[in-house]
Amino acid sequence: MEVDREDGRSQNQLRPLACSRNILHRAHGSASWSQGDTKVLAAVYGPKAGTKKNENPEKACIEVFWKPKTGQIGDFLISILIVLAFEVWYAGNFQNILHWCLGKPEKEYEMILKRTLESICILTVNPNTTTSIIVQVVNDDGAVSFMHFPCYCCTVSFLCSLVIVCSPPTRTVLIVCRYVMHLLDDIVLLPSAINAACMALVDAGIPMKHLAVAICCCVAKSGYVILDPTKLEEQKMKAFAYLVFPNSVHSVLPEGSLRVEGEPIENGIITSVTHGIMSVDDYFYCLERGRAASVKLSDFLRRKLQQQSTDSSKAG
Amino acid sequence: MGLPNASGDLSTEVEVDAFRRLFPLRFYEKHLLESIRPDARPLGRARETTIALGAVASANGSALAKIGSTTMLAAIKMEVMTPSLETPDEGCIAIDFHMPPICSPIVRPGRPAEAAPVVAKQLSDTILRHANLNAKSAVCYLIFVWIQSLSSSSPLYLLMIIDVVNWVLKQLVMCNFSSGMINLKELSLVSGKAAWMAYLDIYCLDADGALFDTALLSAVAAFSHLEIPVVSLNDDGKIVLSEEQGLSDREPVNKEKRKINLSSVPFSLTCVLHKKYILADPTAEEESIMDTIVTVVLDSSSQLVSLHKPGGTVLAYTSAIQDCIALTRQRVKELQKILEEAISGMEVD
Repeated sequence: MEVDREDGRSQNQLRPLACSRNILHRAHGSASWSQGDTKVLAAVYGPKAGTKKNENPEKACIEVFWKPKTGQIGDFLISILIVLAFEVWYAGNFQNILHWCLGKPEKEYEMILKRTLESICILTVNPNTTTSIIVQVVNDDGAVSFMHFPCYCCTVSFLCSLVIVCSPPTRTVLIVCRYVMHLLDDIVLLPSAINAACMALVDAGIPMKHLAVAICCCVAKSGYVILDPTKLEEQKMKAFAYLVFPNSVHSVLPEGSLRVEGEPIENGIITSVTHGIMSVDDYFYCLERGRAASVKLSDFLRRKLQQQSTDSSKAG
Repeated sequence: MGLPNASGDLSTEVEVDAFRRLFPLRFYEKHLLESIRPDARPLGRARETTIALGAVASANGSALAKIGSTTMLAAIKMEVMTPSLETPDEGCIAIDFHMPPICSPIVRPGRPAEAAPVVAKQLSDTILRHANLNAKSAVCYLIFVWIQSLSSSSPLYLLMIIDVVNWVLKQLVMCNFSSGMINLKELSLVSGKAAWMAYLDIYCLDADGALFDTALLSAVAAFSHLEIPVVSLNDDGKIVLSEEQGLSDREPVNKEKRKINLSSVPFSLTCVLHKKYILADPTAEEESIMDTIVTVVLDSSSQLVSLHKPGGTVLAYTSAIQDCIALTRQRVKELQKILEEAISGMEVD
């Protein structure tokens, strides 16, 4: 089945990928990952002496900090304050405000990243240490940056409304602003962050079992599946799934010795997160597509790693 | 962990409790070999589940759900609010999940539990389920507002075009809200003026594994127990509860106390994967020893609502996923029966 996508890609085609390592000087390891307009930066500090909270005598500990896009945080805070004031005054709606203040999406992302990275690192090599990974969103999908506009609008209109009594248009803008909050987290952010963090771990020389390759699949209302959706495409979809697979292993061992239950190791799911309703068959279809694409992605990762290691050996 | 070989020899010499403490993984593996778990359950069996509806008298709907010793208390309080401009005929649901320090030795006073925001996010994703579509309508609405603001300063022919565009956009905005478990339109009272805001609070009283399953079950049970109270207009034109204000003689805005229709009810099952074993409905001890957790949420029409596996040392292959889904299908039937029994038990009273 042929599906037309707005940017002319085929169903299984990913957006152009770019990745570079060792871009920060003070971090022990760093990497940036961009996928279309989405760009994520990851930095690794550690292994360092374990802090009391995370102490584990047997295993290394991994902690993840998720930083939303810079610049936005300022606007974000201002707009949150404004909406907060507005909500209290207009709707008396404390519950929603609480939800924003807790920053739930970030907490969930941090948890998923932490668990995923813990499963690919060999934690027993550096017991009683902590490795911190900081994920910085540099740029999310183009459609999202357009969405920041109302935040500015809202700030300006609120200042105006301090002078004039709050007029109906201001209210509408403020309400819209509330919905824009939901739009701020981009759909491919989490997979990009996982890929970036993985490359940064390699760059820091943290012992790992294998790499993790993350991908986002979308199921449309009519049942077809597309990979790596843009923000605009996402809105036409009924459900989507983030899938993380191990990368394909090049091994001197004979074929088949690395198979588990008749499936190659790279078919195993490290992490799966889904949103929206789909049938069980749709999910397995997503898995199939995701696996096919993860092979290409892991080739890309391997190529990038080899490329940069030859570069650095020349420089050295 | 450190001495995997030594533990095998020790198993005959030390006491069972000491062995369990020293080599928890070994202890479990010895059980798993016999296809049994330390609490005498087979691997695929969930713990005993009970639902008590109406546990909180002061709430409009409430339920106490227990799976094994994991206990969750869910209560819904309804309040009248002004609906937002973009959804004039829809109510709203706010979900909150609390893990007080009494629920588990891991949760310390003054420090919020790590799991709480994650479970809360999963819950609101499962119950509301249309945040994604909301976003689309928000985009349409944005353009709609922007065009409206233009219309105040443009010539007549432009105005006409704008009107048409506006109408189309408005239709788009209106039809984009799909319902999840609850049709939010049912929570409307007077379009654009008043709607219900349902505050759903879930308290974890005892956290012994499968937190999300129990929380979701208690939320679903609370919604099925929920009765929307009768309200009427008072002299100031505000909507108030009829019983409280003594306005029972006035014509109520909504006719009578009614239940809410739940269209497709989600149920979930958490499984722990360890090597080739799948343990359904793990206890807190099992969750801490074997770290690969898969949560499957299916709705009553067997559609997949969520398949959540956050990392873990075991990779899930297709067969394991299929087994988890099959176990969940069974469990959904069990839970549906338990919920139906609880509801019919209430009606007899």
